[in-house]
Amino acid sequence: MLRLSNLHVDLSGFTLRADFEVGAGQRIAIIGPSGAGKSTLLGAVAGFVPLKSGQILMEGRDVTGADPDKRGMAMLFQDGNLFPHLTLAQNVGLGLRPGLRLSDIERANVDEAIARVGLQGFGVRKPASLSGGQISRAALARVLLQARPLLLLDEPFAALGPALRADMLDLVKDVVNETGAGLMMVTHSPEDARRIATDIVFVDEGAAHPPSPTAQTLDHPPPALRAYLG
Amino acid sequence: MAVGPLQLSRFGGPLAALTIVGVLGAVTLAVVLQGGTFRLGPGDRAALWFTLHQAIWSAALSVGFAIPLARALSRRQFRGRQALVILLGAPFILPVIVAVLGLLAVFGRGGWVSTLLVAMGLEPISIYGFHGVVLAHVFFNLPLATRLILQGWQAVPAEQFRLAGQLGLDGWTFFRVLEWPVLRKSVPGAFALIFVLCLTSFAVALTLGGGPRATTAELAIYEAFRFEFDLGRAAFLSLLQLAMAGFAAVIAVWLVPSIDTGRGLDRKQIRWDGRRARLRDAVIIVLGAAFLILPLLAIFMRGLPGLFVLPSSIWSATLTSIWVAVLSVALMLTLALPLAGWMAGRKRSGVETIGVLGLALSPLMIGTGAFLLINPFVDPRSAALPVTASVNTLMTLPFALRLLAPAIRDAVEGYGPLAQSIGVKRFSLWRILILPRLRPQIGFAVGLGMALSLGDLGVIALFADPERGTLPLAMYSLMGSYQLDAASGAALLLLLLALLTFWICDRLGRHAAAE
Repeated sequence: MLRLSNLHVDLSGFTLRADFEVGAGQRIAIIGPSGAGKSTLLGAVAGFVPLKSGQILMEGRDVTGADPDKRGMAMLFQDGNLFPHLTLAQNVGLGLRPGLRLSDIERANVDEAIARVGLQGFGVRKPASLSGGQISRAALARVLLQARPLLLLDEPFAALGPALRADMLDLVKDVVNETGAGLMMVTHSPEDARRIATDIVFVDEGAAHPPSPTAQTLDHPPPALRAYLG
Repeated sequence: MAVGPLQLSRFGGPLAALTIVGVLGAVTLAVVLQGGTFRLGPGDRAALWFTLHQAIWSAALSVGFAIPLARALSRRQFRGRQALVILLGAPFILPVIVAVLGLLAVFGRGGWVSTLLVAMGLEPISIYGFHGVVLAHVFFNLPLATRLILQGWQAVPAEQFRLAGQLGLDGWTFFRVLEWPVLRKSVPGAFALIFVLCLTSFAVALTLGGGPRATTAELAIYEAFRFEFDLGRAAFLSLLQLAMAGFAAVIAVWLVPSIDTGRGLDRKQIRWDGRRARLRDAVIIVLGAAFLILPLLAIFMRGLPGLFVLPSSIWSATLTSIWVAVLSVALMLTLALPLAGWMAGRKRSGVETIGVLGLALSPLMIGTGAFLLINPFVDPRSAALPVTASVNTLMTLPFALRLLAPAIRDAVEGYGPLAQSIGVKRFSLWRILILPRLRPQIGFAVGLGMALSLGDLGVIALFADPERGTLPLAMYSLMGSYQLDAASGAALLLLLLALLTFWICDRLGRHAAAE
């Protein structure tokens, strides 16, 4: 589904290379030490970090130079996933119409998505009046409506407590199952990876290793990963 | 490659910039063609000398008085401190001619101070001429300097004051260790800024100066234009003004600090120094506050009865003023929004530089150029109001840019990737992200632009037929014909109009943002 071929990022001294493929139905957890380039990898895939060379193919289509919204990907960031001046329904509606002019049917779809993530009746609220977990749910409702083939998560749940984070990961799992999307997520936590990921991409010393099955990799880690996991 | 930072107003921004550069260029060219062959006369030399002389004194006295006032305000907590700090921002939007009338009521020959002096058997004082011009400039700029210095000290981390308190630093040592390093940075900037502002001062010189010994370059342009109708001389003086302001602007770009038009100066800062200087600080604060408040009080006291003897012409002038202000602010937003969007994606220094260069613009030079440009085609009198509105736009544009550009930058830095990833772009980007995030700044900029335009007495004096002028011009002609009661009433009207408009716009912007 996603093919990174000879991807090379060079940000004045910091380099990152990747060359692997993500198949349909694979859910990837990107793990590795701080500063190794986990978020950079995700940013390069999403179109926020410029490439020095290499190609990104999405379902066979070359999206290397495409705008971030034209790559068939939805993304959640560490924070700022909702516009604070818009209501929850408006924020979710952006997933259908970036110009925010919705038809009645689309409005109904928005309400449905909001209900799907368990926020029924919260549509008129502004993000400031929501909890961290509710904000994450609302962002996932938007992802649901965006219905892109690939979902990218750059640690959007890092600020939540362990129980809430587990809930969110389960919800993410449901969302990608419903939309049939692939998943790439950055995480610090091997437990999170075990919970949701089919495969692990280990990023270390300027290189992203190709995906390998989660349980097997975590149970019998190669030396560099072992050093990181401790 | 599409990958990269969000681009805003890729066409609108450069178009707005070209418009502004084009207008300024055409105006300058007209002035150069008309005035380039003139020779410097003795009167011109006197005007140049006076302009520099008063600007240096105004800047030195403003900063000199501001240092003790800022220090007293920074280390004392008292009831009304917050109100006083807010009041320090008021002169910025106070119409110049209103303040002049207030100063005359306090310090003039028949004013409160003179009355007191006469009662004590002393000579009354007069504030026409050099003293008056400097006094008015200090009235406007002492608060500005105080704010700039306070802003500097406010940036000192609380831990440093705590440490100084723990070590028992006080007096001279405290000054040397904590206050001086900040002053060394803020004082040259404050001085340069005030110097530049006073160079192009017109309304103060028009009302309190005049004659061979107290005419600024700006006033000389007006006199050559209005009394002698010598366009060549007016153009030549404009060129001199342009050279002087250009020179000053270069200095200013080096030295002028970023002007914090926003809030935050009322934050409490706890200092442990100056325990034994309570009385001195109290005296300084009372004197500073009185210097600011008494002229405003005088406007209220003299203006209230004056409101009932206002000639009907004042009301039509008020409408004209509102019309000019609305036009000027609409034009300002049309130019400032795309320009700020365009600049926000570029280097930081650009906005700062344009902001400071804008301060050095001479309205009368632009007015003279505009007159020369349109005179062959239409009667300039009929274009007086649009030209005035346009010049007001140019004068307020730097402030608007300084308010809007950083806010756009913040919005894009905070939410740009989100907008990009869900495909919110072009007009949707403005509608969904930028404009809603910018409501407080737009409200503030519109309020500022309205207040400055409402109170402006500059180009309008060059062009307009006094029968169909703006409120400040009508008030000036009342003063000129010694109808002081009516003039005071008009001053109060103008003051309330400017302050209320500013307050309402600022409120609306912040309220909309809080919704």
